[in-house]
Amino acid sequence: MGFKNSVIWLYFSSPRNFYPFAGKLIPWFGWLAAVLMIIGLYIGFFVAPPVLSDQKEYYVIIFIHVPAAWMSMFIYIIMSLYAFIALVWNIKMSEMMATALAPTGAMFTFLALWTGALWGRPSWGAYWVWDARLTSELILLFLYIGFMSLQSAIDDPRRAARASGLLAVVGAINVPIIYFSVRWWNTLHQGFSVQPAQTQQLMDPSIKWGMLILALAFWMYTIAVVLYRVRTIILERERQTTWVQELVSSKS
Amino acid sequence: MSESSLLLASRSMLVRDLTLAMRRKADVLTTLFFFLIVVSLFPLGVGPQMEMLRGIAPGVIWVAALLASMLSLGRLFSDDYQDGTLEQILLEPHPLSVLVLSKVLAHWLLSGLPLVIFSPLLAMQLGLDGEAIVLLLITLMLGTPALSLIGAVGAALTLGLRGGGVLISLLVLPLYIPILIFGAGAVESQNAGLGAQAHLSILGAFLMLTLVFAPISTATALRISMD
Amino acid sequence: MSAITEFFYFSGYAWYVWGSYGLTAAFMIAEVILVIRGKKSMVNRLARMARLNNSSSE
Repeated sequence: MGFKNSVIWLYFSSPRNFYPFAGKLIPWFGWLAAVLMIIGLYIGFFVAPPVLSDQKEYYVIIFIHVPAAWMSMFIYIIMSLYAFIALVWNIKMSEMMATALAPTGAMFTFLALWTGALWGRPSWGAYWVWDARLTSELILLFLYIGFMSLQSAIDDPRRAARASGLLAVVGAINVPIIYFSVRWWNTLHQGFSVQPAQTQQLMDPSIKWGMLILALAFWMYTIAVVLYRVRTIILERERQTTWVQELVSSKS
Repeated sequence: MSESSLLLASRSMLVRDLTLAMRRKADVLTTLFFFLIVVSLFPLGVGPQMEMLRGIAPGVIWVAALLASMLSLGRLFSDDYQDGTLEQILLEPHPLSVLVLSKVLAHWLLSGLPLVIFSPLLAMQLGLDGEAIVLLLITLMLGTPALSLIGAVGAALTLGLRGGGVLISLLVLPLYIPILIFGAGAVESQNAGLGAQAHLSILGAFLMLTLVFAPISTATALRISMD
Repeated sequence: MSAITEFFYFSGYAWYVWGSYGLTAAFMIAEVILVIRGKKSMVNRLARMARLNNSSSE
């Protein structure tokens, strides 16, 4: 079984084999994302209770804020795992996946901040507070920006992928340290604690389901978009090979 | 025998870097003056009330030290890269990370240590008292080497790139944040009567962690950049 | 107020709620369009390069 698995992994670690495979998967994940999004939004707007204890109607932002924040962190973890695999075992496909994940991760980080700000204004009276989680999220956005800037500053695609991959791994080691430091800093300065304990207990199951389904929808969306982007990257990096040349000339 | 030759190699690397820097004293002084000027800008920007300045002093000095030590990172490897020395270093039989460590040590002696030495002067200007000044000095002593070590990774990654200087700041500043928090936080915690022992221990732990991991990452980054 | 306007009014929190959902939707749609366009332009670029190579080698 181990042998068969490793053969499968070897097969898909070749860009030539992965390209058509990704192309077949994209519509599946795309449609799954759309359907889950509709279900999740329906639960969020029509099934879940209109108010959540002390939180008024505006709390429906939770259904995209929390999944976006989850995705921003998951994507960074997955991205640095791919980068680590690429560095240690020198697998090109893994390198390209890390590159393809970054823009979507940065987008979800920005959306988590944006929706957090719009949720914060009615509930704490300010668009921005230096809460530990908001601050960590902001630093995460800086890490994504650093990754993408380094990537675009290097012309040679191989060096770009490897250098930014190393940066992602170093950043991933730092993320828990940063989170811990920011929390420490926050408690020293008697900062805000945004998580109202009783809200957690009173949470209706429909709210949890809505959040989970939308998080799943975001996952499916991410997979579809990232696979699409990685196909573009494969074409660019493999443009000298005959299979890309043939594919391109058959299309034009 | 090989151990002693490694020691010899890293020492000669350190001596070489220091000698080269001594021939261009202006570079060392630029970093120091940058530090002094940035800190002096704050009273002009926020007003001369001593009470407020005392409150923000640790943070201001720490942020200025952070920016100043970053400013000189661009030159950490770029001179050696341009004259081909770096390629020679990569070919040497000694582990690259150890040689990197002596280069970083040279960088800290030239750009970090002067800041540490001059920081009491600035702290006095901003109204900190004796005990706070000593504490600030200790935090800078523990923190600035870690800044140089982390910065080296950024310098190695951006080696030979256009606009490398600004790019380094994007890569490195987010990674500096924990050191900034505990460095500046120590004095505030002391002032608040909570004691600074925990802050100093954590800063020490950061220094140990970066001492172990940063040279390895820097060596990997250099190999990627020189490939 | 009709049910529909009430739904969009969101008890006065319309800006916060629709600001969040609107920008999220806009970003996700924009990303999909950008990704599709990016691939198209890459294919076109590579095809142009291939044609240039062919014509120069002939």
